[in-house]
Amino acid sequence: MPMMNELLEKETLAPKVTRYVVRAPDVARFRQAGQFVIVRIAEDGERIPLTIADADREQGTVTLVVQEVGKTTAAMTRLEVGKPILDVVGPLGAPTHIEKLDYVLGVGGGIGIAPLHPICQAFRAAGTHVEAILGARNKDLLILEDWMRRACDQVHVCTDDGSYGEKGFVTHVLERLIGERKPDLVVAIGPLIMMKMVAKVTQPHGLKTMVSLNPVMVDGTGMCGGCRVSVGGKTRFVCVDGPEFDAHQVDYDELLSRQRFYLEQEKQAYQRYVEAVGHGPEECRIRGGQQS
Amino acid sequence: MSDAATPEGTPKKKKSTLFKEPRSAMPEQDPQERIKNFREVPFGYTPELARREAERCIQCKKPHCIDGCPVAIDIPRFIRQIHEGDFDAAVKTIKETNVLPAICGRVCPQEEQCEKVCNLADSKKYQPVAIGRLERFAADWEAARGKIEPPTCAAPTGKKVAVVGAGPAGLTVAVDLARRGHKVVVMEALHKAGGVLVYGIPEFRLPKVIVGREVDTLAKMGVELRTNVVVGKSIPVDDLLQEYDAVFIGTGAGLPYFMGIPGENLNGIYSANEYLTRVNLMRAYNFPTDDTPVCRGRKVAVVGGGNVAMDSARTALRMGADEVHLLYRRTRTEMPARIEEVHHAEEEGVRFQFLTAPLKYVGDKENRVCGAHCQRFELGEPDASGRRRPVPIKGDEFDIELDMAVCAIGNGPNPLVPNAQPDIKTRRGGNIVAEKGTCRTSKKGVFAGGDIVLGAATVILAMGAGRNAAQAIDDYLKTGEWPELGELEVK
Ligand SMILES: Cc1cc2nc3c(=O)[nH]c(=O)nc-3n(C[C@H](O)[C@H](O)[C@H](O)COP(=O)(O)OP(=O)(O)OC[C@H]3O[C@@H](n4cnc5c(N)ncnc54)[C@H](O)[C@@H]3O)c2cc1C
Ligand SMILES: Cc1cc2nc3c(=O)[nH]c(=O)nc-3n(C[C@H](O)[C@H](O)[C@H](O)COP(=O)(O)OP(=O)(O)OC[C@H]3O[C@@H](n4cnc5c(N)ncnc54)[C@H](O)[C@@H]3O)c2cc1C
Ligand code: SF4
Ligand code: SF4
Ligand code: FES
Repeated sequence: MPMMNELLEKETLAPKVTRYVVRAPDVARFRQAGQFVIVRIAEDGERIPLTIADADREQGTVTLVVQEVGKTTAAMTRLEVGKPILDVVGPLGAPTHIEKLDYVLGVGGGIGIAPLHPICQAFRAAGTHVEAILGARNKDLLILEDWMRRACDQVHVCTDDGSYGEKGFVTHVLERLIGERKPDLVVAIGPLIMMKMVAKVTQPHGLKTMVSLNPVMVDGTGMCGGCRVSVGGKTRFVCVDGPEFDAHQVDYDELLSRQRFYLEQEKQAYQRYVEAVGHGPEECRIRGGQQS
Repeated sequence: MSDAATPEGTPKKKKSTLFKEPRSAMPEQDPQERIKNFREVPFGYTPELARREAERCIQCKKPHCIDGCPVAIDIPRFIRQIHEGDFDAAVKTIKETNVLPAICGRVCPQEEQCEKVCNLADSKKYQPVAIGRLERFAADWEAARGKIEPPTCAAPTGKKVAVVGAGPAGLTVAVDLARRGHKVVVMEALHKAGGVLVYGIPEFRLPKVIVGREVDTLAKMGVELRTNVVVGKSIPVDDLLQEYDAVFIGTGAGLPYFMGIPGENLNGIYSANEYLTRVNLMRAYNFPTDDTPVCRGRKVAVVGGGNVAMDSARTALRMGADEVHLLYRRTRTEMPARIEEVHHAEEEGVRFQFLTAPLKYVGDKENRVCGAHCQRFELGEPDASGRRRPVPIKGDEFDIELDMAVCAIGNGPNPLVPNAQPDIKTRRGGNIVAEKGTCRTSKKGVFAGGDIVLGAATVILAMGAGRNAAQAIDDYLKTGEWPELGELEVK
């Protein structure tokens, strides 16, 4: 029997962004767009959720694209190809509701492009015209452009500093595109600030908009309630009711504060880790581009 | 260890009058000491204490204690064997009907079960025999000698059963089916088997090595354990039915209830499930050696009055809280927690505030909880559960300061499997509908038991359901019959 959870490939896509291919046949078989796995890499490790960026049913593999923001994601980069990852559980979360629409517009910022990918793929497979706006701080940080070009009918790229594609934020491109043609659905995934801004842009146009939320999770099965967010004034558990929600209903400020609750401890853990494995101090910058 | 196994000198002839004396206490850690560690609170009986306590049992002709035990352990027999010093025989007796004695001896609400109906207690004059403590003693005795014998298994039948959920219900089904020669695969959503026994009940009440031991026994019996499998997500029940001859659902009551009051999503407010999972399963007490963090509150409020609330409060103390307030809407008499745990919590300095519940939480500018606005209650008429209903006293409201709160007001049935598999019928509230005594569900070949059927109940009831289910599954595997469901299990 092939090794469960074997790490098959590992590739650096951009500074601090790594692509992993893992053998997980059951996850590959049952996963649908929008779902994630929970990974634990060591006996004393944390359980962290990661979106299934792609999967290959025949090969029984799933692809994860991970940004290094703290201890666990940093330690992942040192996992050895050919060895198993301790725990991989999934697919978790409610799948994206996929149907044939006329036009879906995806908006992906930074690492958010990875979770956006399977959603664009699925809408396109259902016969929808799919376009996507990809944003990054600069050219080097833009990931998965080629994947997205394959998954979408058209891709629009922008960078904050103009080093590649259009200069400016995804919201600028978004304003322009929806002025040209109104999508049936906007799907935005990226830093919370970005999702909040996208929601602001689409709301006056009455455009249905979905965002994918990433609160701190523990079990990922609805057991702990740690991942709760307020959506339309109601408490929802992101790991089972989400991760996708109506962008115009989400309480972003609450979520942002909940995400930051363990900041001090996380910094401490990261620092300890960095000291133990001997990176230079310049590597201690926690949370790289997460909130950019 | 003393040579207690020799039965010589058993005072069989002269009638013992020990039953008139109070039951033997278990030696335990000093409260001031134990709130600084996570080690188990009681040390357990010594062989001498156990034999003394066993002597208190008057070996009734009509031993009501047996009726009080959901798995009907032959209590007088095992107690007599302890008294005679034949501890091995005592373990055997217990294990005829209870596969997890080290666990039940520790966490059963004995005062509501076997010990409640012990004839000594019935007389009102005397204290009941400490049955749970003796059970625990026997199980620990066996373990300490390092020779826990797995039950023997019948020849393989060629039948395969999938057990979903590795809590006490699932573990019991697995043992009982393996005994009968069936191939069993247990699927567990988390990375560790044990259910609430590993993620909920803290180390100081149930050491994890004990649960680990029971799980090892399963492996020795040839049961296959697959962790990280969320049935209904990782694999549908319908797919399991293609590969297995029957499926048992023991997914528990893992859905935490919140009060739905303002401020409940502030930082520093946990469900008991999250708080206990972080500390127990993820070992946050060991942060940063272990990676999972948890808030270390100094002034903590725990809302609720059950075992879960006691566990949360006592955990918070051990995590360094200066003050832990337990807010409960009713009074001490209505508290559903085990008496022993209430007693322990009190000794350790948990401050009980009865007839009190929060109305809302208040946060600081970083969205961290910094206080609660509370309401006081008085007791009114009894409600459906027979307990007197708390009625708010108009205008009697007050504020407390805090920096962490744990909501321990109860759990609902885990909705994952029924949501994914709507042809498994549920009652209102989401519990799976199952036939009394057999655990059969509305779907052919699918059985369910434990908290997913009963709602948040007890370890021993989950095990009892597991035993019944194993018997019924065995019958079904032989006959293939699935008659209309008869009387249903009710909460
Ligand atoms: C549904 C979902 C899908 C996600 N998909 C991806 C993905 O495809 N690629 C990717 O790079 N990241 C993804 N994330 C975020 C990823 O889980 C966090 O970056 C990771 O947990 C950080 O762990 P750490 O130990 O490296 O960092 P830490 O130093 O522990 O934390 C850094 C920040 O990450 C977040 N975080 C920490 N612990 C957790 C946790 N247990 N669960 C969730 N968030 C946490 C917090 O906001 C924290 O401030 C996803 C999150 C969710 C909820
Ligand atoms: C903090 C706490 C303290 C308690 N104290 C006591 C006590 O002192 N005495 C007492 O008698 N009772 C106590 N209880 C109650 C007791 O623990 C439960 O009644 C008992 O554990 C129920 O057993 P179960 O097997 O039905 O479910 P659980 O123990 O809940 O186990 C269910 C298992 O199924 C898994 N699961 C869920 N969904 C899936 C899925 N889709 N696929 C695969 N696996 C899944 C879960 O991860 C879990 O491991 C306590 C409960 C808590 C929470
Ligand atoms: S299993 Fe529980 S109820 Fe039965 S004898 Fe033991 S302690 Fe009493
Ligand atoms: S009822 Fe009490 S005294 Fe009588 S046999 Fe049972 S444990 Fe012993
Ligand atoms: S992560 Fe625990 S309920 Fe969602």
